[in-house]
Amino acid sequence: MSLVRFLNVAKEYPRGGVALSHASFQLHKGEFAFLTGPSGSGKSTILKLIYMEERPTAGDVWVSGVSARDASRKEVSMVRRHLGIVFQDFRLLEDRSAEANIAFALEVTGTPADMIRQRVGRVLTQVGLASKGTALPRELSGGEQQRIAIARALVNDPFVLIADEPTGNLDERATRGVFQLLRDINTAGTAVIMATHDLDLIRRTEYRTIELNHGRLVYDSAEAPPVEKAPSAVSPSHHDENPI
Amino acid sequence: MMVIREAFSAFRRAPLLSVLGVVTIAFSLFAFGLFGLVAVNIRDALQTIENRVEIRAFIADGTPVEASSAAMGDIHAFPEVLSVTYVSQDDAYARARKELGEFSDVFEPGVLPASLDIKLKPGYRDPTTVQAVANRLKSYDFVDDVRYGEDWVAKLYRLRTIATLVGTGLGVAFAAVAVIIIGATIRIMVMARAREIEIMRLVGATNGFIRMPFVLEGFIQGVMGGLLALGLTWATSTAISHSFMRTEFFDPALATAGVIGGAVIGLLGSTFAVGRQLRRL
Repeated sequence: MSLVRFLNVAKEYPRGGVALSHASFQLHKGEFAFLTGPSGSGKSTILKLIYMEERPTAGDVWVSGVSARDASRKEVSMVRRHLGIVFQDFRLLEDRSAEANIAFALEVTGTPADMIRQRVGRVLTQVGLASKGTALPRELSGGEQQRIAIARALVNDPFVLIADEPTGNLDERATRGVFQLLRDINTAGTAVIMATHDLDLIRRTEYRTIELNHGRLVYDSAEAPPVEKAPSAVSPSHHDENPI
Repeated sequence: MMVIREAFSAFRRAPLLSVLGVVTIAFSLFAFGLFGLVAVNIRDALQTIENRVEIRAFIADGTPVEASSAAMGDIHAFPEVLSVTYVSQDDAYARARKELGEFSDVFEPGVLPASLDIKLKPGYRDPTTVQAVANRLKSYDFVDDVRYGEDWVAKLYRLRTIATLVGTGLGVAFAAVAVIIIGATIRIMVMARAREIEIMRLVGATNGFIRMPFVLEGFIQGVMGGLLALGLTWATSTAISHSFMRTEFFDPALATAGVIGGAVIGLLGSTFAVGRQLRRL
């Protein structure tokens, strides 16, 4: 089942030129996909189009059947309640505890208080930080802060977890931990789409890889034969089908 | 429930910013309140002078009291007329002696004519209306002459018109400055919480839901700022009354309107600032 579908999508900014053109791909239930390519290649644009922060200039994006072109503001909010979003800079509220940061995602959707307590406890355990619920973000390491951000993304039981360079600010050890956590989340059934520059991470696994260059989708390991392979980044070993 | 908790927790989380908001609203409204105080006192002073606008219709000698009494009923029925008083020759003489003080011996008894002294209702004291009523009084046979101090009424009316125009102009300018300063402060406060707004949007909060705590917070700050401004204006008014000259303070309705004004500015300021922030994100 296709959770996310891009069909001939283009995105142009009035003053920023073409960020994406002719992009078509689908993300299926339970899939793990890397999104890679040099800076400015359109990775973040694709993610923003998925969580409907941006609307396509041409073509269309469907997320859980909702068209990004036609979605009302209310529909965008409803779609986001089924997405988990993680950023390189964590985006935690510095003046709230880890628990409060996670609970915040449920409070704004009107979840009852007893359910919030229960679900926050569950995701804190899931990300391995059950003992750090009362800590403020500044009292946590970078890796721990990213785990809290992932817990916040997970607490709504999303069907897709969108991760924009989630290991970009982390050291190698923390990167491995966070990446393993994302794999575990995927194994449990949540689709993950992760933008990254980290070719080592990509090479270490056999997950699907989508490569972008200058706003064009130049390689998708789920496609056979590959389209117009870019000379740079990804090794041929990543042409394998998604194993999940 | 979360909306109310978030609105109040903003005061706890960023007390300095919240105090800045309340103080800015208070001082902006205080400046407006001081202007209002001056305007109210000028208005009251002009009102006191205006209350003295009077038309005096002098009655011809030998007119029977019955004739003037019958006319009094007619005149009282004029829509512009507030009161009609019959002043006999003796009363006129007594009044002249009283008003002239050391020159009270100038007149002999019986020299001054009897008159009908007519006061007009508020709103009918402008030169045109006063003259129209005077002309109607002249049409009575027993009326010898009609006086109402044309120049004085015209000057008073001009002064009142100028005071109203200047007062309205300055009032609008003061109010605009207050709204701009308060609006800018609220915008800074909202921008300081841009990340919070951004996260709320990303986790699926609707724009209406995001707005509510900010709008409520703006309202609370507006009420607090309005009350503080009212207290400062009252303290200033009392200090002036004690040490310089007696001043009138706002009546309860006007004071309440001031606080409500503060609340509305706070509420609208927050609504616009969050809306702007939401469009920007």
